[in-house]
Amino acid sequence: MRYLKAGTRHTVRFVLNGREAEGEAEPRLLLSDFLRHQLGAFGTHVGCEHGSCGACTVRVDGKAVRSCLMYAAQVEGREVSTVESLATSDGLNELQAALQKHHGLQCGYCTPGILMSLSQLREEEPDADEARIRDVLSGHICRCTGYHGIVQAALEVFGKD
Amino acid sequence: MKPAAFDYACPDNLDEALALLAEKGEAARICAGGQSLGAMMNMRLANPAALIDIAGLAELKTIAVVDGAIEVGAAVTQAELLSWPELVDRQPLLAQALPWVGHYQTRQRGTVCGSLAHSDPSSELPLALALLRGEVILQSRKSRRVVGAADFQTGMMATALAADEMIVGARFPITKAGEASAFLEVAQRHGDFAIVAVAAIGDQQGARLGVGGVADTPGVIELGWPVNDTALNDFAWSLGGADDQHATARYRRELVRRLGRRALEEVHDALS
Repeated sequence: MRYLKAGTRHTVRFVLNGREAEGEAEPRLLLSDFLRHQLGAFGTHVGCEHGSCGACTVRVDGKAVRSCLMYAAQVEGREVSTVESLATSDGLNELQAALQKHHGLQCGYCTPGILMSLSQLREEEPDADEARIRDVLSGHICRCTGYHGIVQAALEVFGKD
Repeated sequence: MKPAAFDYACPDNLDEALALLAEKGEAARICAGGQSLGAMMNMRLANPAALIDIAGLAELKTIAVVDGAIEVGAAVTQAELLSWPELVDRQPLLAQALPWVGHYQTRQRGTVCGSLAHSDPSSELPLALALLRGEVILQSRKSRRVVGAADFQTGMMATALAADEMIVGARFPITKAGEASAFLEVAQRHGDFAIVAVAAIGDQQGARLGVGGVADTPGVIELGWPVNDTALNDFAWSLGGADDQHATARYRRELVRRLGRRALEEVHDALS
């Protein structure tokens, strides 16, 4: 049995955005803080820290989840992807470009989390309609856009515009 | 908004988890998806000395029909049950209720049994279990017992779980021929905690109506056809809801009357 004592740091080895990564974490260290403070991956934003706002959403083994409701220790041996994985050498990926085109962001605080949720939806449900897109977006709070531009961007990428 | 220090244990099998729980007792908490417990720990509303993570235990990751009920293991996520191909045929009420549980993102880690263990008065899965007269399977190192929904939920976020026990599975009775069901909810935003949630299931003889979000535990009544407004009104008053920051007791009673009637009408329409 893997047993990590409180108050002591333990090595966590995992795959971050396709590359082997490792860091040191106490059991109580949140995945969101681990990514930002231990690994310097600042793309993942931290909002409410109790699972309500969706800003910290990352993908763990492909599933979009709240990184403030996971501990660093829980990604041992798993694959984590963050917003840093999306852009290609050619620039923004299609979801990012569509958000830019449709003014799907203003301050950008919620955007990394939204991109990770929409990325999973795009892969698993490429035929998602507007109702499904809105259902998935309900897990994210955006206080700038009123969501309209985000929905329009998603509809374009999903071929429903 | 950071949790207090705790030991983190990742047992390799159920026996190890139960042995550790027996050793640590009340100081330990079982964690499956952590979508409620993790939030409470971040807010320091829960401060366990040890967390026993059961999410990876293959023996708890099963969904099967056993003795007339869908038996859902304690490591099965809400998203996994929702995408179980037999769900709509076996128990449509669960397929109707699960999309209301949290959000897309939290359903991918949050477990069915974890939601039952958390026992929030406004949450959907305890309501579904109560309406269907389902059961939970509780296990400790020494014993295993099956407890009905009404006896399991003892109050607001309180259950019959002993300190050395954990839920290993939940049993949701499968639907019978000639039954129909409905699930409706009002919340401030989709995915927020329900102000009132109603679930109904019935056949030609009559229906059961369940309500969450008003009393400390789900309330369930049996009704005949046609839908009787006096009975609905009496039920709404009997739940004894209180005013809080989300809604007044009066508004909740009105929702019970209106959503209750609508859910029962949906069941009735589906039957005819």
